[in-house]
Amino acid sequence: MTTPMAPRSPKPDPSRPDPRIGRRAVLALIAGGAGLVAMRPALALGGAQAQAFIQRAVDDVYAVINSGQAPAAMYRQFEAILARYGDVDVVARTVLGPAARQVSAAQFASYKAAFQGYIGRKYGKRFREFVGGRIEVGGARAVKSYVVVDSVAYLSGRAPMKVEWHVSDRSGRVSFFNLIIEGVNMLASERAEMAAMLARRKGDVAALTADLQRAG
Amino acid sequence: MRPKPRSAPLTALILTLLLAGCAARPVLQDGITINDPFEAQNRRVHAFNKALDAQVIGPVARLVAGRDDGPTAPGEAGQPRPVDLVINMGANLSLPGKIVNSLLQGQPGPAARNMFRLAINSTLGIAGMFDPAGSDFGLTETDTDFGQTLAVWGLPEGAYVELPLLGPSTARDTAGKVVDVLIDPLGQVLDRRERMLALGLRIGSKAGERARFGDTVDSVLQDSADSYAQTRLIYLMHRRYDVGEEDAGFDPYDDPYGAPVAETGPVAP
Repeated sequence: MTTPMAPRSPKPDPSRPDPRIGRRAVLALIAGGAGLVAMRPALALGGAQAQAFIQRAVDDVYAVINSGQAPAAMYRQFEAILARYGDVDVVARTVLGPAARQVSAAQFASYKAAFQGYIGRKYGKRFREFVGGRIEVGGARAVKSYVVVDSVAYLSGRAPMKVEWHVSDRSGRVSFFNLIIEGVNMLASERAEMAAMLARRKGDVAALTADLQRAG
Repeated sequence: MRPKPRSAPLTALILTLLLAGCAARPVLQDGITINDPFEAQNRRVHAFNKALDAQVIGPVARLVAGRDDGPTAPGEAGQPRPVDLVINMGANLSLPGKIVNSLLQGQPGPAARNMFRLAINSTLGIAGMFDPAGSDFGLTETDTDFGQTLAVWGLPEGAYVELPLLGPSTARDTAGKVVDVLIDPLGQVLDRRERMLALGLRIGSKAGERARFGDTVDSVLQDSADSYAQTRLIYLMHRRYDVGEEDAGFDPYDDPYGAPVAETGPVAP
């Protein structure tokens, strides 16, 4: 949490001493409402909590980037960070689409493991461009049923990029489930990619899993 | 030099032709609205662009960048390389057009920032080769164009189109590109030879950017199962973000399986 940057969060009300209290109250209200309607466990994820969570994830990513290890070792560590901070289960399920409903639990588990490795390699390659740069985690705001944490990536030799982290605790654990880089929605992009990969294999999830082990 | 009198009717014709595509039904794919009535034609152009990139633009860009391996970040000690100077000069020459567009959008703030940028980088930055405005004055570029101006004026995005050489675009952005050439103040003050030089620098700048972000471009074009669909999706999402027309985000916990993805028609390899 270096600079408190929240370009799109609502303006603080001067009559209210701490705008975060208001935001948290709104969040709690939304969470409570969602819990009542859908009979889900009530949420307690606050903006500050989500912000601190993403800060830790960013710190861990940078520790790997600056470690100067061989690429293969880095990708494995990025994958571990993804498993620790991300909700790989819901991401893998969403990205696979309706096919996720038709496969067995064992088949889904091996697809999920392959998917996690694929994401670690694919985004790990991109993270290497972050060497010498920095990511500043900004403010958090409630959007729909989740919390959006804003951040700005400063990479050497290019304009700063806005990176949004979508954080939720609806799985029972605080985790991020989406990244929006300058408007590019990773979940949507990977869904399209997985749909194309699955179509190439005529809907065969086992064949897709084998492809994923090599892709990225 | 004033634009040729033929240009105005030509622009109107292109505009009409392109906006005709708005009539087709857009589909919602993965929470993103996709309006692509010319998909078959677009895919042919994409195949051409992809081959051109793989065989000509990519290798040339790599050569220009002089990179052997690793990320194409500027020199280790922050030393700009020749390719960075070309990128900077091209970007500097595009500033007058951006200033005009910011003003047309009723945004004097970004216009003023880019005006100071232009003044600083053209002088202290030696004809735009360096970027002291960004590095020393915190005046980073505000990117805009006439496509965005049209969006601000309320024109709909129109059909998705992939243009030969120029790549992904929309009807609105294509019309914007044509108008940007016509309203560029640089075109009014430079003579023929200077204009060719400026054009060369701007093309060089684009090629330099292709080299700088080469790995990312390669990953989308060469590694995607359906590079046409990926390019289209990434372009539309990024462009809508730029012009403030972003699609709403979705919460996968509402329905982890989401909307069926197969509803959008053929996915060609």
